[in-house]
Amino acid sequence: MMITLSDYLVLSAVLFAISVAGIFLNRKNIIVLLMSIELMLLAVNMNFIAFSHHWGNLAGQVMVFFILTVAAAESAIGLAILVILFRNLRSINVDDIGTLKG
Amino acid sequence: MNPAQINVSSFNISLAIPEIFLLTALLAIMVAHLFWTPQRQEARLLFASVATLLATVVLVVLKAMPVPSGSVIETVVITPIQYGFSNMFVVDQMATLLKIALLIAVAVVIIYSRSYLATRKLFSGEFICLILFATLGMMVMVSANHFVTLYLGLELLALSSYALVALNRDSARSTEAAMKYFILGALASGLLLYGISMVYGATGSLDVSKVAAIVSGSRANDPLLTFGLVFIVAGLAFKLGAVPFHMWVPDVYDGAPTAITLFIASAPKIAAFGFVIRILAHALAGATEDWQGMLIILAVLSMAIGNIVAISQTSMKRMLAYSTISHMGFLLLGILAGTNNGYASAMFYIVTYTLTTLAAFGIMLLLSRDGFEADKIDDFKGLNQRSPFHALLMLFVMFSMAGIPVFVGFWAKLSVLEAALNAGLPWLVVFSVLMSVIGAFYYLRVVKVMYFDKPTDTAPLVAPFEMRAVLAVNAFAVLALGLVPGALMTACLNAIQRSF
Repeated sequence: MMITLSDYLVLSAVLFAISVAGIFLNRKNIIVLLMSIELMLLAVNMNFIAFSHHWGNLAGQVMVFFILTVAAAESAIGLAILVILFRNLRSINVDDIGTLKG
Repeated sequence: MNPAQINVSSFNISLAIPEIFLLTALLAIMVAHLFWTPQRQEARLLFASVATLLATVVLVVLKAMPVPSGSVIETVVITPIQYGFSNMFVVDQMATLLKIALLIAVAVVIIYSRSYLATRKLFSGEFICLILFATLGMMVMVSANHFVTLYLGLELLALSSYALVALNRDSARSTEAAMKYFILGALASGLLLYGISMVYGATGSLDVSKVAAIVSGSRANDPLLTFGLVFIVAGLAFKLGAVPFHMWVPDVYDGAPTAITLFIASAPKIAAFGFVIRILAHALAGATEDWQGMLIILAVLSMAIGNIVAISQTSMKRMLAYSTISHMGFLLLGILAGTNNGYASAMFYIVTYTLTTLAAFGIMLLLSRDGFEADKIDDFKGLNQRSPFHALLMLFVMFSMAGIPVFVGFWAKLSVLEAALNAGLPWLVVFSVLMSVIGAFYYLRVVKVMYFDKPTDTAPLVAPFEMRAVLAVNAFAVLALGLVPGALMTACLNAIQRSF
């Protein structure tokens, strides 16, 4: 059985949906939010690679390298903010960050 | 792709000289500030960063001139479109004008922020370096002609902004705002990238010019493209802060130190405008009917929610945050017209909006002092008795934001409304005018508080001379551009027409 382009697209759409659901439904832990964001970028990468193979050009794969690099920088910043947030609040519970309202 | 085809001379590296200069100078400041003594550091950082930004403005202007120059005036006005780095980077008149505007805006931000941050021990090398990195990201954003460069510019701006919001790391409010900004910003990037991957799937290219050619050709109605477009518009709306993707705006404006709010509210909006134009008006011009409908929804919701919720705010920062949301609605009004006149009016809107916002937050910073944040509307009570001159400046700013004639905000609103009317959307124009009347209420309330209430706080206003001078020039520019809007309007129209 051949794995077709649409199979890859469905897989990446499912991963993307899981990550968005993870961001909006998660009520417990901020680290899970960071994981969801990583998953979202990986879903996008899957798309780029599938399309890159489909069109037979390398632009999509080059884009993936850049996305991976930026994702690494992004999680570094995210974790740094998480550390200072924990220092201030002594908690990484999503429900505890709600002082800014209106 | 054959490696032998890569021709170094086609890179045209000299096009990016302003960006390269900014990066080099910023790295030099990053190293040098470690050797400056603490008592000298503040003044030197201020001087070095502002000098760097102004030198970059000069380089941008020089770069915009064609090589065989005729008369000087003509060459400044007309920039040929030049591509570099294998079509990944473009210098055209729109990029030049937006870069000049955003570099000056960042320089003003640094001048305004200095005393506020210095009294809180936050005016450090990190602040200057992050703000200059963000500026570099913005310059790349407005000059990008490829989805890779667009994405990298956006992320350089976004990552620096997250760190800037968390600059005051002992404040629970700031760090909470930074976390929210980070999560929603990363979500927006994810949506945008997913959309870009769909556009890549539909067209097989990431080059803006090539995508534009394919989209306006045979593949305009490709379902894959439309699907991707939804995600792209959602991602862009997040970055602009348009309803229903606006949740982060009030929280970040409120939680961040006022000087950082000033930065986030000003220059990045100019870059975001350039970014939106590159994606929607350049790359996806062939799908204008598809994105027009989505932008109408965003514009209507932003103007309604922004203006109505702003009325109930007691915090000046949150009020200005909701006011920003409504201004983004007006900005979208110009963009959704889908014509050169529409884009030009949106460009005029964003440049003048930035000018006005700089002055509004500048006055807030002027009123703040050690241990006191002037972030409540009540803190402006009786400003006229404390300092009639600064009350007058704030009056200019509030009248301009409300869109009262003679001030520049009126012309900005008029031109976007005209563009929407010409696009055949009279109901939208009527709705926008109604919303702008509602908006006038909360701007005028600030004026009422300043002139007719008794001051609760009578401390004298202290600010460095350069801040007072720039603030006065800034607020009077709001009036002056309102009296003679023609030159800037023509510049914006030329910039848009010569960039397509």
